[in-house]
Amino acid sequence: MAQDGSISMRRPLKLLQGQTALLPGWLILIVAYIGTILWTARISFTASRSIPVDTFVGFDQYARLFRSNRWVQSVENMLLYGSLFILGCLIIGFLLAVLLDQKVKGESVFRTIFLYPYAVSFVVTGLVWQWVLNPSLGLQKAVRDLGFENFTFDWLVDRDRAIYVLTGAAVWQASGLVMALMLAGLRGVDGDLWKAARVDGASAPRYYLRVVLPLLKPSIFSSVVLLGVAVIKSYDLVVAMTSGGPGNATELPAKFIMDYLFGRQNLGLATAASVVLLVTVIAVLAPLAYVQSQRARRIRT
Amino acid sequence: MSQVAIKNLDITFGSNRVIQNLDLQIEPGEFLVLLGASGCGKSTLLNAVAGLTDVAGGQIWIGENNVTWAEPKDRGIGMVFQSYALYPRMTVEQNMSFGLEMARHPKAEIRERVARAASMLQLKPLMQRRPAELSGGQRQRVAIGRALVRDADVYLFDEPLSNLDAKLRTELRVELKKLHAELGATMIYVTHDQVEALTLANRIAVMQGGVIQQLASPDEIYRRPVNRFVAGFVGSPGMNFIEGELQLRDGKVDLKTARGNLDVTRYPFAERPEDGRKVTLGLRPEHLQPEPEEGWCPASLTVSVYESMGADALLCGELSGATVSVKLPSDWSPIPPAGARVTMWYDASKVSIFDAVTESRL
Amino acid sequence: MSSRPLFPAHAEGPRPARLNLGRLALYLCLIAAAAAFLFPLWVMVTTSLKDMEAVRSGSIFGWPAQPSLEAWKSAWTSACTGLTCEGLRGGFVNSLLILVPSVALPVALGAVTGYALSFWRPRGGKLLFGGLLIGLFIPYQVFIYPLVRILSSVGLYGNIGGIVAVHTIFAMPIMLLLFRNYYASLPMDLFKAARIDGGGFWTIFRRVVLPMSAPIIVVAVILQVTGVWNDFLFGLIFAGSDNLPMTVQLNNIVNSARGAQEYNVQMAATILTALVPLIVYFFSGRWFVRGIAAGAVKG
Repeated sequence: MAQDGSISMRRPLKLLQGQTALLPGWLILIVAYIGTILWTARISFTASRSIPVDTFVGFDQYARLFRSNRWVQSVENMLLYGSLFILGCLIIGFLLAVLLDQKVKGESVFRTIFLYPYAVSFVVTGLVWQWVLNPSLGLQKAVRDLGFENFTFDWLVDRDRAIYVLTGAAVWQASGLVMALMLAGLRGVDGDLWKAARVDGASAPRYYLRVVLPLLKPSIFSSVVLLGVAVIKSYDLVVAMTSGGPGNATELPAKFIMDYLFGRQNLGLATAASVVLLVTVIAVLAPLAYVQSQRARRIRT
Repeated sequence: MSQVAIKNLDITFGSNRVIQNLDLQIEPGEFLVLLGASGCGKSTLLNAVAGLTDVAGGQIWIGENNVTWAEPKDRGIGMVFQSYALYPRMTVEQNMSFGLEMARHPKAEIRERVARAASMLQLKPLMQRRPAELSGGQRQRVAIGRALVRDADVYLFDEPLSNLDAKLRTELRVELKKLHAELGATMIYVTHDQVEALTLANRIAVMQGGVIQQLASPDEIYRRPVNRFVAGFVGSPGMNFIEGELQLRDGKVDLKTARGNLDVTRYPFAERPEDGRKVTLGLRPEHLQPEPEEGWCPASLTVSVYESMGADALLCGELSGATVSVKLPSDWSPIPPAGARVTMWYDASKVSIFDAVTESRL
Repeated sequence: MSSRPLFPAHAEGPRPARLNLGRLALYLCLIAAAAAFLFPLWVMVTTSLKDMEAVRSGSIFGWPAQPSLEAWKSAWTSACTGLTCEGLRGGFVNSLLILVPSVALPVALGAVTGYALSFWRPRGGKLLFGGLLIGLFIPYQVFIYPLVRILSSVGLYGNIGGIVAVHTIFAMPIMLLLFRNYYASLPMDLFKAARIDGGGFWTIFRRVVLPMSAPIIVVAVILQVTGVWNDFLFGLIFAGSDNLPMTVQLNNIVNSARGAQEYNVQMAATILTALVPLIVYFFSGRWFVRGIAAGAVKG
């Protein structure tokens, strides 16, 4: 405590304490994230098959990738699945949130029911819907047994339609998430707005579409980001529900990469595919992040 | 009781220089108030004295020690925060003992010192409560108590009364003043409330833009503000400003405005007034009075609004092209109707005159 | 203008009661939606209580004539999860062994890092936070192969340690986001007061910050428990064949089954796997929602 008038030598120590605590974080960021990304990118420019080799082949793997029907179809599938999934979740989630916002009795019971699928594993979701949609013993048979002999619902094994039931299962699982986020947003809407709208003679649907929906932009934005990330990472659901079939009808990029990494032992192609996926994510996120930061700056000044 | 000396202090946040080359000397046992609007650097300066903000240049001395780089706990200070900053999961007693416990004082001594502070602040019945179970005023007393047990040489207060309602604020203000008299410790007190500053301080440092504008006794600050900023910041309702230029005729000095002249011959100019210099005349609301005294000068006021404020009243209107307010006793009558012209009187030796460009006092 | 008066002349007192069709429709919609959401759960439960004869002959909606727990028993003790046929028991134990350290470690790491970032503001802290946040959005496939190589070089591949390490690595961004945002909402003055009282890095964390962190720790634990339990990808790749978690074994039961499909056993196994997160969810609803909402809030 007693200082002799000279400047204390403690300052470096104080900084050190905070820095030491960040060490694990830095280790994870530099080794597990940045290091692995660079390594993956490096492999994607080599002719590696089951083990990484140093034979550089430029963009050959990328060229092969886009000549591969299976990859092209998996990307197309992702675009279709992703847009329908996000749209479906947003619409259903918003409707459920608005319904729950009407001061209903048993709101918490309904909320619990709408969100429980989000608590279970994608594997569970996939297996349940696989069974429900089983053409010989599932929904189709049950409806036929009721007397509708010609009822057909075999989308799960239909090359052109399997992707839609996959989307349906995903929407079932995740629309509760959107509901929860939207409901939180709705609770933040000033109650006086509804009074003002009523005095202005607006009907409830008009009020929700014209007044409330624009106010929910932040909730919509974070829903889209969360759902979008889920789309890109989609792997478990496909594996459990359809294994990518029939044919390549429900193949998705994440599953394509895993198959080529571990099953087919084609590291070069798989890493090229994951780099493409990464670049896609960055291409989508960077403008969004830019818009966000601009908005944040505008609010601050 | 220690003196605090700040020499050539620089503080930067990123590329932003918040405080530049600041010097300040606080005498042992003094109650110094840092007064200014939010963002003027007063809290940053206080945090630097506490060791909670790193300085970019200069030195801070407390007593005989250069504490520029010392840890907060080693500076011999106690601090009270605006948000009370009581540890929410600890009882009042634990809150007050925490610092002594950290400094590894013996248990008996901790108990004794906490008990002494508690009785000083009438906290005895609250010792086993948690902060959430206390009222705002009680919380702030605990926060003060926590600072007191440290037996510090210097106490720092960061807007300690701002979160309280008006009545409690007055009560605690009086308590703080008594406390200062009792302890005789050096105190540095940050506030944006001029009433607190005027009532508590031995000296006030009025700050703006990271610079101390004026460092003087409350009286001096109020009566002889060094520039237009200080004049406008201190006083409520605020000082009236009238723009014009000086006119020297036959040994008389007048302020020439768009609407007539005001006599300021008796003003104690620090330097010889020059003819034609653009200036701002500052008149406090109580400086304009309806009845003249020896040597006072007249001014014509066009009344717009009369506001009763209980003990006194405010008459607003236009005077020499400026909007002004006049403080009157509330029993003054008759109340002039809007639009009426009334003659008011002022003592030119008590007004302030600032240069229109540099804004400093002439 | 119509001649009808705008206000009924005799209106007085409370509005006459009338059947509110809007409210009725509202509740009908909600109930229909709830039924649709619950339908798969119902099918799961009823199927698991049937024998295979009933599954083949009856409707998937129907409640079994003779409910039995036979299917549950074989899902737990004798269903084939790959090469062995010992049911999901082993997977359950594996999942628990993975779960405990994979929750404790990331939560502790997130809390300490978040505390350091929010209060001590060390140099480069913002960069670290931003970098890790970006990690939240990157598809795992980019990391996986090099990570397998790195972890196996330090003996952390194909064992519990490896899977725990992977869970810790990938939980770091969300844990840090949760804790940093929570700590950023605490008053900075509290930390300053503790500094003046003489607390060091760990003392302030243990005595002041940690006692205030209960709510966010609950949220983080719930998020991590459901996340780790529901994981499939990491368990499949990093845990090693002796430690496969329940989700992977469940998928094996269903999708690598040969011969006659025992749908009742499959559904029983599915329920068993979903049980832990569902129980956590039902008992912690509000906290669960806080967790996913916190994940949605950008830093």
